Amino acid sequence: MVKCSQSTGYACGSKKFIMRNEVRNMKKFMKTLLAGALALSMTMGLAACNGSDNKGGDNTQAAPTESKETEAAPATQGGNDGELIKVGIINNDPNESGYRTANVEDMKKTFTEANGYDADFFYSLKNEEQIAQAQKYIQDEVDYLLISAAGTSGWDGVLEQAQKAGIKVILFDRTIDADESLYEASIVSDMAKEGQQAVDWLASQNLDEYKIIHIQGVMGSSAQIGRSGALDEKVAAEANWSIVVQQTADWSEETAQQIVQSVIDSKESFNVIYAENDNMAKGAAAALDKANISHGVGKDVIIIGFDCNTWALEELLAGNWNYDGQCNPFQASYIDDIIKNGVKTKVVIMEEKGFDAKTITQEDVDTYGI
Amino acid sequence: MSTNENAISSRKSARSFFGKMVRNQLFIPLAALLLLILFNIAADIFLHVETSFFKVVLEPSSAGNLILSGNLITIIDNASELALLAIGMTLVTSAAGGQDISVGATIAIAGSTVLRIVKGVSPNISGGKFAVVIICAFLLCVVVSALFGAFNGALVACFKIQPMVATLILFTAGRSIAAWINNNDNISINDVRFGYFGNFIPGIPVPTPVFITAICLGIIALVLKFTNLRLYAQSVGINSSSSRLNGINPKMIKLLTFIILGVCVAVCGFIKVSRTSSITYAVIANNIEMDAILAVALGGNNLGGGKFNLTASVLGAYVIQFLTTTLFRMKVSSSAISAYKAIVVILLIIMSSPFIRKKLADRKSRREAARITRAKAALDAGAGKESV
Repeated sequence: MVKCSQSTGYACGSKKFIMRNEVRNMKKFMKTLLAGALALSMTMGLAACNGSDNKGGDNTQAAPTESKETEAAPATQGGNDGELIKVGIINNDPNESGYRTANVEDMKKTFTEANGYDADFFYSLKNEEQIAQAQKYIQDEVDYLLISAAGTSGWDGVLEQAQKAGIKVILFDRTIDADESLYEASIVSDMAKEGQQAVDWLASQNLDEYKIIHIQGVMGSSAQIGRSGALDEKVAAEANWSIVVQQTADWSEETAQQIVQSVIDSKESFNVIYAENDNMAKGAAAALDKANISHGVGKDVIIIGFDCNTWALEELLAGNWNYDGQCNPFQASYIDDIIKNGVKTKVVIMEEKGFDAKTITQEDVDTYGI
Repeated sequence: MSTNENAISSRKSARSFFGKMVRNQLFIPLAALLLLILFNIAADIFLHVETSFFKVVLEPSSAGNLILSGNLITIIDNASELALLAIGMTLVTSAAGGQDISVGATIAIAGSTVLRIVKGVSPNISGGKFAVVIICAFLLCVVVSALFGAFNGALVACFKIQPMVATLILFTAGRSIAAWINNNDNISINDVRFGYFGNFIPGIPVPTPVFITAICLGIIALVLKFTNLRLYAQSVGINSSSSRLNGINPKMIKLLTFIILGVCVAVCGFIKVSRTSSITYAVIANNIEMDAILAVALGGNNLGGGKFNLTASVLGAYVIQFLTTTLFRMKVSSSAISAYKAIVVILLIIMSSPFIRKKLADRKSRREAARITRAKAALDAGAGKESV
């Protein structure tokens, strides 16, 4: 601004048209400024949305020089939050799915000051941003770094830095391609096991023939690979198991509906829908409803979903669906146990249930619904 | 660019019927549609399927209502949102010379707004009260979505930011805003009446989105017929400063097209959430902006702005859905489906590029011209002999 007015004054003295130019430049500058202000206010607005989550973080960043290591707490440390265990939590975007929302809420509920934690949360779907934040946490000298990585690769460098700084790393929900010595423990879901449980349940139904519509998630995601793998194996092994159609709906309800609709329109017969998440199972059920094909317990078509959303479990309770496989988002208690009681096993595979519509109770819906 | 092309073409005296047809913007989407239809007929014959791709049946749904079903119904039903978006996107493309890539995210916002209103309503309220709630929810979502459209429009019109860059802001932030509106809850509306707008109204065998789209198309057709919107948008797109000199306010027109797109997005969002009676913020209308832009391109419209043909864009939207349904029907494997789509799209886009269309038309007309000259020469020769 100062520079601008100076040059305008200079122009006044010499040539008029230069001044006009300057005024135009000034106008342009003001416009840019306004645009900047607009963008800033928007970012602020967004930040305000996350404000409540980051309160803990603001506290930690206000005193970045404080050094805290659980093992060898230095004598210089005199902060009033000296008792708290400082954790940096890197997670994926809470809007990603119902699973993630439940996961984030669970983390927030566990890592509170009341439980003895000074936690800072960071959310991003981008691997690079997550890595950059991890480096920041290392500089902030957190005690524990909890990571649910967006991508599997690129983490070696930052994990080595953490190790050198004496920071313990715990992976949750997702594994990464790095040497096992670089992290304390990983708490994961075994997607292949989830798929296997569902397929075993399906096999236990003893149908004469299995004609399956297999609706897959986003190709290459760990949930898709795990849940597809078990079914593919079984279909290849058994003579009376066949796939009518195998198609990806990218986790989308509507696409799933279209896929099932196209099978119905071609008048091919089928008796099982194996959808790799609840939303796609819901879309498939909608297509069946349109065509007046009955589904659920004791009906024409068996519907299998995954993730245990509350509304999906309610469908199970009503007998409209047959089976829902859990994908456990509640890792916080496992992590809490590891931090407070030490590592027992390097890779902790969470217990995950599968619910049968015949045996599910309202209590299950309330406890396990996300 | 297209005016230039027309000028050149009008200078050519020998313009055949074929040339005219190829040059017509509707040619490519119609040809693509025809090709897909032929492909499906061929598949019906050679694959010896039990039921034809084109069979439409009237059967009761599990709710006991008679409804039409079949691939063709699936296509016109599911292409509804895309057709609506194609309207707005064509106008924006024409006036602003760029595309709005935030429509998917804004659909999430619009849908989330509707659910925010409807979720509090108990399923027992009477039809009249329910109608009021729905109308309020719809109007609010139109206002919200138009405001977001105006935000994009203001960035483009007043601050001269490239449309794709300006809309990148909402593209990134939109889904978070949508989640924030409903406190990131998984909402599911249990009232069956809410699903009428995305599925079927009892007693009417045609899906409701088809009617909604037809109404919107009718409205926009009337607007284009009785106002100067088409002329103004095109002139702003072709040369913004000269249209300003002619008394048109380019900023206003650009802003207006973005607001119209916002309204289209609101209708889409409303249909989308009604279809499923729920919302998944990260997945709803995912990548729909790319399909909408593709529809505009398939319609042979210049993505750099200027002249446009709305009918061609809307046809383009139906072509895209036809293609999707065909690929599902052919059971293309999951990992290959995007590749197939890409190949078809590349072919169509190359075919619909002004360059190829001009080449095609010119070659035909040249051949035609040569034929005429030859005939004339033969005639002259014959006449010459007679005179001797």
